[in-house]
Amino acid sequence: MFRTVLGEADIDRALTRIAHEILEANKGSQDLVLLGIPRRGFPLAQRLARKIARTDPAVNPDAMVGRLDVTMFRDDLRKHPTRPPGPTKLPPAGIDDKVVVLVDDVLYSGRTIRAALDAIVDIGRPRVVRLAVLVDRGHRELPIRADHVGKNLPTSSAEKVRVRITEVDSVDEVVIEGPA
Amino acid sequence: MTTTYLIKGATTAAGETGVDVLVADGRIAERGRSLSSAGAVVVDADGLVLLPGMVDIHTHLREPGREDAETVETGTRAAAMGGYTSVHAMANSMPVADTAGVVEQVYALGRRAGWVDVRPVGAVTVGLAGERLAELGAMAQSRAGVRVFSDDGICVSDPVLMRRALEYVKAFDGVVAQHAQEPRLTEGAQMNEGAVSAVLGLAGWPAVAEESIIARDVLLAQHVGSRLHVCHVSTAGSVEIIRWAKQRGVNVTAEVTPHHLLLTDELVRSWNPVYKVNPPLRTNEDVTALREALADGTIDVVGTDHAPHPSEHKECEWAQAAMGMTGLETALSVVQHAMIETGLMDWARFAEATSILPAQIGRVQTQGRPLAAGEMANLTLVDPAARWTVDPHKMATKGRNSPFAGLELPGAVVATFFAGHPTVLEGRLNTPHPDAQGD
Amino acid sequence: MKHLLSTENLSAADAIRILDTAEEMALVGEREVKKLPALRGRTVVNLFFEDSTRTRISFEAAAKRLSADVINFAAKGSSVSKGESLKDTAQTLEAMSADAVVIRHWASGAPARLAASDWIDAAVVNAGDGTHEHPTQALLDAFTLRRHWSQIAGRASLGEDLRGLRIAIVGDVLHSRVARSNLWLLTTLGAEVTLVAPPTLLPVGIADWPCRVSFDLDEVLATGPHAIMMLRVQGERMNAAFFPSAREYARTWGFDDDRLAALEVSAGKDTIIMHPGPMNRGLEISSAAADSPRSTVLAQVRNGVSVRMAVLYLLLSGDDSTQPTPAQEATV
Repeated sequence: MFRTVLGEADIDRALTRIAHEILEANKGSQDLVLLGIPRRGFPLAQRLARKIARTDPAVNPDAMVGRLDVTMFRDDLRKHPTRPPGPTKLPPAGIDDKVVVLVDDVLYSGRTIRAALDAIVDIGRPRVVRLAVLVDRGHRELPIRADHVGKNLPTSSAEKVRVRITEVDSVDEVVIEGPA
Repeated sequence: MTTTYLIKGATTAAGETGVDVLVADGRIAERGRSLSSAGAVVVDADGLVLLPGMVDIHTHLREPGREDAETVETGTRAAAMGGYTSVHAMANSMPVADTAGVVEQVYALGRRAGWVDVRPVGAVTVGLAGERLAELGAMAQSRAGVRVFSDDGICVSDPVLMRRALEYVKAFDGVVAQHAQEPRLTEGAQMNEGAVSAVLGLAGWPAVAEESIIARDVLLAQHVGSRLHVCHVSTAGSVEIIRWAKQRGVNVTAEVTPHHLLLTDELVRSWNPVYKVNPPLRTNEDVTALREALADGTIDVVGTDHAPHPSEHKECEWAQAAMGMTGLETALSVVQHAMIETGLMDWARFAEATSILPAQIGRVQTQGRPLAAGEMANLTLVDPAARWTVDPHKMATKGRNSPFAGLELPGAVVATFFAGHPTVLEGRLNTPHPDAQGD
Repeated sequence: MKHLLSTENLSAADAIRILDTAEEMALVGEREVKKLPALRGRTVVNLFFEDSTRTRISFEAAAKRLSADVINFAAKGSSVSKGESLKDTAQTLEAMSADAVVIRHWASGAPARLAASDWIDAAVVNAGDGTHEHPTQALLDAFTLRRHWSQIAGRASLGEDLRGLRIAIVGDVLHSRVARSNLWLLTTLGAEVTLVAPPTLLPVGIADWPCRVSFDLDEVLATGPHAIMMLRVQGERMNAAFFPSAREYARTWGFDDDRLAALEVSAGKDTIIMHPGPMNRGLEISSAAADSPRSTVLAQVRNGVSVRMAVLYLLLSGDDSTQPTPAQEATV
């Protein structure tokens, strides 16, 4: 049993809005770095960068985006089968004194973002760190909140939220799967 | 008046069925059909094979000196459970059995235990040191009446010493049982040298180290006209040399262990020291050659080389582990599995290889005798159809180092009669011979 | 993968996973904060029955960079003077809740024995056992080779194997755990290996090994191998008649200045010279060769930490269950 809560057009509209919010909060694209959290956060960060570049043609979207692998910073490593770490790639200018926006698909317990904050501390010292997510489904286990949210989705913890992104899943959609 | 036993409806080693054997006063009183059972304990032997009591030409009882590994009492219990009525106790005890005093002690311990006929083996050289001859004559003339001499565990590698030993034992019809291992070629050796040792990085024990000594010894035995026995032959090349020597009329006999008839050095890949033994487990080709040689008589007898060790000598790194395996309680089953079930030999040849010939090599007059009235009743009753799984913890030996643990094997000893007394009955240890305390 | 005991049974997929993970670990080594929290609260014991400062500090650095607690346990004991038994030592470590035991032992098979026993539940990493194997050395050698040759080919090394590479392993193969581990691993990864040694220093029984064997170093060098791996030779070997003298060994099987010069004009333009260390300069390798730009000796040491981090991480970070939890599915 599942229902689609966001379609392709909804996702695109949400990302456009987030892109505008980021620019507005930062008062322009100055020092902006978008760090996507694999897997789906990274293509979302790339999309946001392209939307920002469309607003501000001075921006090179590729130079603005990085990917931040948080595997080895997770607090639940021992609860899962071993996961090999993936690559972390920072933009050429690094993240020191930048405004870093973490980008992920779903905000849930907040533990992934905590791991990402630890990972950032180990690789540099940004001026500000903000958080953008496509979906916030609640049920936070840590005092973490997103600065930019595509869609707030009140869910029960028995449900599963599936975010599918064309770059990874060949389709753009957000689906809620009910308990079986 | 001692108990009499009527073994009823047995099959003999030669294949005759429905044979009754009446055992009384330590001897076979009568052999026939439908014998009267009046006053006798009847042992139903329908479907069972009645063999001459097994004789082991190669056993380590460890006493005196290593009672933590085995004692004469526990080792001979194990022997009885394995169907043996006589064992030759190797000389590498502490002190070494190189004097009349030590061999008489072991002999007396065997008599006192009463489970089997213990025949001590005398050391060839003092302290197994390979330097001076031990007092072979004194051991031969002692109450133990030693006829087999061996430095087993160590090779008599000095050719002059070996020659003298071979010559000297002729005076009392003795035999030198050689542990064929060229010492320089086997320094630090941990396993068979070959494809597996190359991968595992363990120092190898080349086949040539065994074969070169056997070749030398058969030539020496021929030259001085002596009797030679080769312990635990383990390679195809050794078989070839012994075959050649026998064809030339050399008075040589040879033995193979049950484990060398079944296991190969591939097992060393497990790094489990239970598979560490001297001579080492060899290759499939060697196993095949050894089986053929035992079947055609090139190898005369099966000797267990029963070598119990305390667990701490096996619960360690391979290189630090002791060499040796237990074997008394699995020999019959392993040989049945490797030789009889494969069609390579029958029970008649089995009786020859495990009883008649070892008794002759050791000059044990009362063992390995025909199933006939008047003979000493040393008998082993076997259920060839039984199947069992080897569990070292259920064995009578103190040693837990059986390489066959967990293996399902055929054949079970139902009863062992030692000098007319059932030391094993219904597959369970019974009582020692009632005359045990005497003498 | 519960233990790393040998490369003989390591699959290509597992080997590449280790090498790829090591690439990520190598990046950590380049950062200002050279530390990851991945193994926080886990205990790694370096159990050394044989002295090897180099290997021990490499494992120690690897474990510490992953935030594990490290206990160094130098167990005295040799074939001559037996110390505490391996069993007792293992049970002691078990009682101390060791999560991984990195074991170096003079006896071939000791790590496998430890792993197969019920004395201890920890993951066992073979840090060199007798003349058997030294899997992390082979992995760091493969890592070094892969990096070097994919850089020259202009490719990223992630996911790559070693197909197309020709490697000569030269010297005392008989007594070398490094040679064995490298032979298995390099061939598993698709490389072609030639063993070059005096016949006395090759084991009996290698007819089925997946390699070529040569007694002529110059002939092999002339074919321009991608790498030449020199093995350490103990000078004392001549006392057991493995070769007549150190001088004859160096002249015939050593990588000397003449051979270095010959390489410059041969097909081996980019040939690298590898050595697991410690080197016997003047015996199996000349100083000029050891210090030449072709030498990867220091890169091997550096890569050793990354590879050992990868191994410890992959053995210790996960649990054994393969059941994904809802939280995992929602966040992956």
